Amino acid sequence: MSQISINKSTETPLIENNPSFHAITEKISHITETWKVPHPQMWLLGFGAALSMLALMVGSIGYLFWKGIGIWGVQIPNAWGWAIINFVFWVGIGHAGTLISAILFLFRQKWRTSINRAAEAMTIFAVMAALVFPSIHVGRVWAIYWTLPFPNQMQMWPNFRSPLLWDVFAVSTYFTVSLLFWYVGLIPDIASLRDRAKTRVRKIVTGILSLGWRGSNRQWQHYEKAYLILAGVATPLVLSVHSVVSFDFAVSQLPGWHTTILPPYFVAGAIFSGFAMVLTLMILVRKAYKIEHIITMGHLDKICKVLLATGLMVGYAYTIEYFTAWYSGNPYESFIFKARAGGQYAWGYWIMFCCNVFVPQVFWFKKMRSNLVVMFIVSILVNIGMWFERFVIVVTSLAQDYLPSSWDYFSPTFWDVSTFVGTFGLFFTMFMLFLKFVPMVAVSEVKAVLPQADPHHHEGEHQS
Amino acid sequence: MNQENIKMVDHTVMAYFKGPAELIHAAKQAREAGYRKYDTYSPFPIHGMDHAMGLKPSVVGLVSAIGSFCFFLIALSLQWWTSAVAYPLVLSGKQFFSYQAFVPIMFELSILGAALSAIFGMFHFNKLGFLYHPLFNSEKFKAISDDGFALGIEVADPLFDATKTKDFLNSLNPIDIETIGEEA
Repeated sequence: MSQISINKSTETPLIENNPSFHAITEKISHITETWKVPHPQMWLLGFGAALSMLALMVGSIGYLFWKGIGIWGVQIPNAWGWAIINFVFWVGIGHAGTLISAILFLFRQKWRTSINRAAEAMTIFAVMAALVFPSIHVGRVWAIYWTLPFPNQMQMWPNFRSPLLWDVFAVSTYFTVSLLFWYVGLIPDIASLRDRAKTRVRKIVTGILSLGWRGSNRQWQHYEKAYLILAGVATPLVLSVHSVVSFDFAVSQLPGWHTTILPPYFVAGAIFSGFAMVLTLMILVRKAYKIEHIITMGHLDKICKVLLATGLMVGYAYTIEYFTAWYSGNPYESFIFKARAGGQYAWGYWIMFCCNVFVPQVFWFKKMRSNLVVMFIVSILVNIGMWFERFVIVVTSLAQDYLPSSWDYFSPTFWDVSTFVGTFGLFFTMFMLFLKFVPMVAVSEVKAVLPQADPHHHEGEHQS
Repeated sequence: MNQENIKMVDHTVMAYFKGPAELIHAAKQAREAGYRKYDTYSPFPIHGMDHAMGLKPSVVGLVSAIGSFCFFLIALSLQWWTSAVAYPLVLSGKQFFSYQAFVPIMFELSILGAALSAIFGMFHFNKLGFLYHPLFNSEKFKAISDDGFALGIEVADPLFDATKTKDFLNSLNPIDIETIGEEA
């Protein structure tokens, strides 16, 4: 209906080639409706690989439940091993999705519309992978629900003065709000699938999930208000969640953990690692599904700039910690930071520092920000570096605490590694299913940022 | 519906337009003509449409604020009652009612309350969850979620008149007009 061609454009378009509204619906919705586009074998291969990794996770957890926590490398003093490292790693990755969907929305960054759906999906799956670890890392897994406040025959209640309990509330709130935010964004697009549906099953499923959406302006008005509120509350939420995660460390009294910089440092690191994961996924997805005109090089360029900025923030945090340790005059604090950079885990520290601080510096150059291979390698290196950041924080402080008699060296076991690798299986299984069955780009939002969506854009022009 | 034994009555007269600008213009005209039970339909929210239709601001914000405050009170009273009344435990010499330590959970639950009430408030005002609507009887209406722009005036509008309303809609220069019915 609205095939208005726009010839003049004052700025670089967010979506290339200026497609019609119908072309975008067709491009994105079609992927969910057929097995034929564009590389079904590749999808099956990826899904199969992810599924076998998921099986590895299930097997590892099964063995953990059977034998107990002893199969992991944790010991005293390193009572927090890979489980907590991986938890913080995955929660951190999730944060970029919320940043893109909420904070960039409040800042009216319209370019977010091409990537926010996939980034939010990434958030949800990353938080699912994260939630695996705190749930299984307690010695008696059958009692994990005791972390929730519920009336019970023991007349006991959880300890609300503990940061670990704050974490239960913060992460579960984060998961709930992210999931609902994602679903609310999906409703108009599922309605679009409903209106296109040919088979009875699709009609029923999309009919129920779209909740009777009609796209009337009286609906859009409440919808937009609710969306704005969700963005408004998700913004402080995402900042608070990783702050609360950092309280797990900062509220304790171990050298290297007990610092006030930890909350902002964790938040910056989370956004950094999350954007790296968004970059990894988007490079692959836009290529595999031939949506390079929707997720453009301009989008990737902006992601690289965010990576550069947040990389500098974590670099600042790493450096200022040394200043604080020295300036505080606290011998334990000074010791732990010397031990990090030059002690038994120096290799881990320098992997972290190189990957997170030096590597992203390549993005000062436009040439690097338009080279897909460089971007892909950097995004992987950043996530390796961010995993090591959590490793350095968790392990160095625990391994060498106040009493030298209790010092020990932490080594992971096979089961530590297999559980962690397995959570990638969970993440990618969910993500592959998402790519296949859910519109991977927010269709209605992308339409709204096209030039012809602006009612003032072509006034007086289309008459001729 | 094509079954002949089902009796249909008219529900809405729907006029389809070319694009957002034409739809805004039509909405202004419909409002000025005095129609109240009308609505515009589009694949995305059109900037300036609320103003053109003269809609009052959405009350979802107020609902969300109230929901947030309720959850804040729940968080505060839950933590106070369990920590200071039901199960007082001495832990690290901290006070039973140490409100500073309760702030993170009060904050998180306030956000949860704001989000849940905004979403379910929006569902309520938009009547989402009612899967059937008479407009879904139309095949043409299916274009709305793709690239259709339409203005519909309901038969229930006090100003509605079968011929006059159609003439009015025709005067707005639509690309198509249809009458959508519902089962009687």
